[in-house]
Amino acid sequence: MSAFDIFFYLFALITGVSAMMAVLVKNIVYAAFALLFTFLGVAGIYVLLNADFLAVTQIMVYVGGILVLMVFGVMLTNRVTDINIKAGASSRIPAALLVVVLGAVLGYVALTTKWTTHEDAPWNNTQQWSSNVHDRIEKAEHKTTNDKSKGSVGTSEELGKLMLTDHLLPFEVISVLLLVALVGAAMLARKHPQNDGSNLTTERS
Amino acid sequence: MPPTVGLPHFLILAALLLVLGLFAILTRKNAIAVLMGVELVLNSANINFVAFSRYGGINLSGQMASIFIIVIAAAEAAVALAIVLNIYRVFQSVNVAKVNTLRD
Repeated sequence: MSAFDIFFYLFALITGVSAMMAVLVKNIVYAAFALLFTFLGVAGIYVLLNADFLAVTQIMVYVGGILVLMVFGVMLTNRVTDINIKAGASSRIPAALLVVVLGAVLGYVALTTKWTTHEDAPWNNTQQWSSNVHDRIEKAEHKTTNDKSKGSVGTSEELGKLMLTDHLLPFEVISVLLLVALVGAAMLARKHPQNDGSNLTTERS
Repeated sequence: MPPTVGLPHFLILAALLLVLGLFAILTRKNAIAVLMGVELVLNSANINFVAFSRYGGINLSGQMASIFIIVIAAAEAAVALAIVLNIYRVFQSVNVAKVNTLRD
């Protein structure tokens, strides 16, 4: 059991137990905080998979953005005086059955497929990481002079290069998507200024 | 003793998160809890991508896909929560069983 194994099982335990609590706990505020630990566990898994930039992005965006948004949503819509109706318990059995079968199939596929894995960790030869057009051209012309084979190099530089060469189109499209989502969410969530006859209680905005 | 941690371990963890997220989407009656399930499913797909990026020889394409998935999840969570806030304004509740005025 190397240290890698121990850390994997630790992070997998954190993630799995927190996800189960987020799914099964009745109080939604507790579920939101369990989701926080799930996201942190997933960030730890990313670190184990050599995805350092992605781990920090996960913490910043998921924990610092999405989870905060969800806690806002929970706080704005949580009615503490609601009696917890015990409805919906009858729909749990078919869902649990479906979920167990799906999980078994996925687990079976994961365990029995002969994956062609590349076991050597790429942090010793980071030149293997890069596959963008520029580096391939440089390699073909035997012009590569950077000697990155000492120590571990983070993925940020390589991801940045890839983002602006091979993955430029998705990058631009996603910028437009973010703009649309920003404007759309702001427009949807604002207080509607006019009273259009429905039973919205709007103060003067 | 389980073998050394390799690709199947990460895939099984991702599958576990997937089925838990799916169970949350199918079962929970609070709309925000359904959104939590959706985030779990997206995280499981992310773990799959990054695991294959590390073990499957696709260099960094998996991590690029994960970056885009994180961005899409953020945009979708923002819009979905704005919709949930509007539902709360109209129905005074976020119980998904009560949002049924298009029926009958």
